[in-house]
Amino acid sequence: MADDIREQQLAAQASGGGIAPAQIIEETPTAVLAGKVDKVGVWRRFGQQLRRSPKLAIGLAMVVAIVLFTVVVPFFTASPFALDNPSLLKPGEGGHLLGTTQLGADVLAQLAHGGRGSLLIGLTAGAITVVLSVLFGVVGGYIGGWTDEILFLISSVILVIPGLPLMIVFSSYIPGRSIWLIAGILGITSWAGSAIVLRSQARSLRSRDYVAASRVAGESPWRIIFVEIIPNLLPLAAAQFLFAVVAAILGEAGLSFLGLGPTGSVTWGTMLNDAQLGAALTRGAWWWFIPPGVLIALLGGALSLVNFSIDEIINPKLRTGSAQAKSVREARRKHKESRRAAKSARAEQKKVTS
Amino acid sequence: MKFYVRRFAFYLATLWFAVTLNFVLPRLLPGDPATILLQKLARQGGEVTPAMLRSVELLLGTSDGASVWSQYWSYLGSILRGDLGVSISNYPEQVTTLIGQALPWTLALVGLATIISFVLGVLVGAYVGWKRGTWADHIIPATTFMQSVPYFWLALLLIYIFSVTLGWFPIIGGWDTWTFDNPEASFAFLKDVIWHGTLPALTIILSSVGGWLLGMRNMTVSTLSEDYITTAEAKGLRPSRIFMTYAVRNAALPSIAGFTISLGFVVAGSIVMEQVFTYPGLGRLMIQAVQGKDYALMQGVFLVITLTVLAANFIMDMFYGLIDPRARNNG
Amino acid sequence: MNPPVAAQGSHRADGAVRAADPVLTARNVSIDYEVEPAVHAVRDVSLTLHRGEILGLAGESGCGKTTLAYGINQLLRPPAALKAGTVTFHDHDGTDIDLGGLHGESLRAFRWDKISMVFQGAMNSLNPVISIRAQLFDVFTTHRPGMSKKEKEERSQELLRKVGVDPNRLDSFAHQLSGGMRQRVMIAMALALNPQVMIMDEPTTALDVVVQRGILREIMRLREEFNFAVIFITHDLPLLLEISDRIAVMLQGEIVELDTAENIYENAQHPYTQRLLSSFPSLTGERGSFIRTGEGA
Repeated sequence: MADDIREQQLAAQASGGGIAPAQIIEETPTAVLAGKVDKVGVWRRFGQQLRRSPKLAIGLAMVVAIVLFTVVVPFFTASPFALDNPSLLKPGEGGHLLGTTQLGADVLAQLAHGGRGSLLIGLTAGAITVVLSVLFGVVGGYIGGWTDEILFLISSVILVIPGLPLMIVFSSYIPGRSIWLIAGILGITSWAGSAIVLRSQARSLRSRDYVAASRVAGESPWRIIFVEIIPNLLPLAAAQFLFAVVAAILGEAGLSFLGLGPTGSVTWGTMLNDAQLGAALTRGAWWWFIPPGVLIALLGGALSLVNFSIDEIINPKLRTGSAQAKSVREARRKHKESRRAAKSARAEQKKVTS
Repeated sequence: MKFYVRRFAFYLATLWFAVTLNFVLPRLLPGDPATILLQKLARQGGEVTPAMLRSVELLLGTSDGASVWSQYWSYLGSILRGDLGVSISNYPEQVTTLIGQALPWTLALVGLATIISFVLGVLVGAYVGWKRGTWADHIIPATTFMQSVPYFWLALLLIYIFSVTLGWFPIIGGWDTWTFDNPEASFAFLKDVIWHGTLPALTIILSSVGGWLLGMRNMTVSTLSEDYITTAEAKGLRPSRIFMTYAVRNAALPSIAGFTISLGFVVAGSIVMEQVFTYPGLGRLMIQAVQGKDYALMQGVFLVITLTVLAANFIMDMFYGLIDPRARNNG
Repeated sequence: MNPPVAAQGSHRADGAVRAADPVLTARNVSIDYEVEPAVHAVRDVSLTLHRGEILGLAGESGCGKTTLAYGINQLLRPPAALKAGTVTFHDHDGTDIDLGGLHGESLRAFRWDKISMVFQGAMNSLNPVISIRAQLFDVFTTHRPGMSKKEKEERSQELLRKVGVDPNRLDSFAHQLSGGMRQRVMIAMALALNPQVMIMDEPTTALDVVVQRGILREIMRLREEFNFAVIFITHDLPLLLEISDRIAVMLQGEIVELDTAENIYENAQHPYTQRLLSSFPSLTGERGSFIRTGEGA
């Protein structure tokens, strides 16, 4: 089917270029190796990857650090809404580690509390995204037939409609917006891409032997979905979840920056909006608008690093090569060196004996 | 052929869905936009002509007994006629006129920047994937972070460094309103436009190139382990030939097919970015509309943005059909 | 003095023996996968391939036969690496070429021109996005830069005809061809430059038996016509008994037996070879005897 090949490519792109985990391994030189490693369980590989790759360790460490920051620091700072400080103090002045805003709020307090807001929205929206994408993607992908066609059509339509404009339209009609509402809007507009990726995977799993065996044994479709299919999609779903969280955090930042974010709460996005309204740029108040952006980038980047490592666990082809290519070059270099050394040793010998 | 027809039908269906969404949302969500709007008009002291009333009712719902279905058909009718209503905040300008002024700016800036970013990302990504196990791999974490940087924050940073501190580029606007009253077809104006557009374009390129680079790199690495690459090497073909025709042409397919998803992010980013730079494009127009409760304008911009995105996707689909023979032949 | 077993001439269908020079010599080849712990895929393998001979390479999956083939052709990719040994190609103009000494341009020019390869599972050996014609032309453009477009077209059509594929198929793409056709196209490509050696790695394993027979007959016929040597790699020992002149049996990276097809059939020396032979049920003999006693091979 023409659409099939496009769907495959779409799924390959959306999952970061990784291809279905359990492929038929043929006996080609690199494949032999991949086949060997594939037999190890996912969690074992996670542990291996942690030790082997600095990417995963750094990513996880940063995520933990930022989360700790947002959880712990608010207990030690003033309220982010307290405006009783002098305006636009530079960092370090008057006991404010990161200075104050134009209206007199402590930047550090806003940063820490804002982190809670952003994280909360990110996680909630991510969860909504995953639930919806599993519903539309996995159920449709497994059951097939008309159900699948309809669900897939809905997913495709939502996917193509530009997200932020849709969110803006939603937000503009509702005057009082809570954090949960914003998370809901973000979740409802972002699940389509994930759904298509998961659907593609579910469809390929549907034809696997163990699933066919369960069907023949008479198990109910829902049980098969939950017991056989979803566990195998877990790594992929985890990657999609992280991707969704990053997208939600960025999305909320954008919405808030436009003044359409949660009303009455502090998030990193609202901080940036305040900064722009307060002409932080032209006043050179870098301590106000740089930290929120940096934290968003760091958190997003760290989550992406973790995601990237999960990709390498799922897709062994991404792994075998980089480290081994280096080791082969090392071995070849040592070989050349030893040959050169042997040659010069022989030349020395000749000189002695002649 | 069937491939193209199916895609076209799909986009038509999506467009219909967007139009219907525009119709349904104000009537569904809490708050009564129609009344708010009319009250605002009255407060502004403007006269509420029957035409305006009709326009507002069409868009946002009436309180008289007309059934939802008849409203829907009238609404569809006016959309098809190209009548997107009258702008309240810029009364008495037609919505279509305002959009017509803003559209070229967005198309030029976002369009060009996206193309540059895509081509750059795909080629560099392919190269990094080709040269596995060398220094090229170390760019990856850097681009990962760059991808997570919010467009508009990057824009703020660039403005701070290059405009406020160094003064190399202008801070706001699409062109210098002191020198030129209106856009004109002169070389000087063009230069001015390019000067004003540099930072915005740079923002778009910097924050979107990472995504394509990463995806392409992964796909290239995957493709390199395919059998036809081994065959090509065994055939003794030149590395450049293998790279372009055997590796890149196959590895690029998902990036092209997945352009949809990426374009969504680019559009989102550019709306916010236009706000930061006060750039006279569609994004800024939409925000103005929202802030001014000008729902007609907002809906109109939403439709046009959607239409543009669908058109871009269709073009990409046609391109995909051109380069992947499997899509053309099967069904 | 009797010639050593390995240097016996190859046999023709009419029973005459053709004295043959060696065309490819591998000496003490060892290939490792450099991982922790290292995997010794090929251990100290030596063999000689004679001009026009069909040498069968038999063994189970994982015994190293494909790795050996890749090693001979310098196609090994990290983490596989040639640890020891030499492979020498004896060109028909008399020069000897050390394959290990070829790198970059010289290796590229050598490939396909002297030694070509038909890979396991042609399902994926063809580039899916360019036409068959483009892939055939690629070979000519790279190795015979003097050929005009018309010459390339004629030669491509001739090649397809030789392997039994309609020349109109030049416009097709890989996904439009059946498995058997794809394999024939691969063989046509391998013949394009009149190589002196063709390495075939399980060329017919993925096809049904009737198609398999057709392709094998083509290969035999083409070999009669062009007189290239073949290294035929497969796990299907009875097949090799049918078509090979000599057979090498591999087990865990080593060659445990290397002899003519007849000798192996009648008088296999190594216990592994004997086990292999008795593992295939035959079409004759009593029904059920294979399962119960292993007889009838």
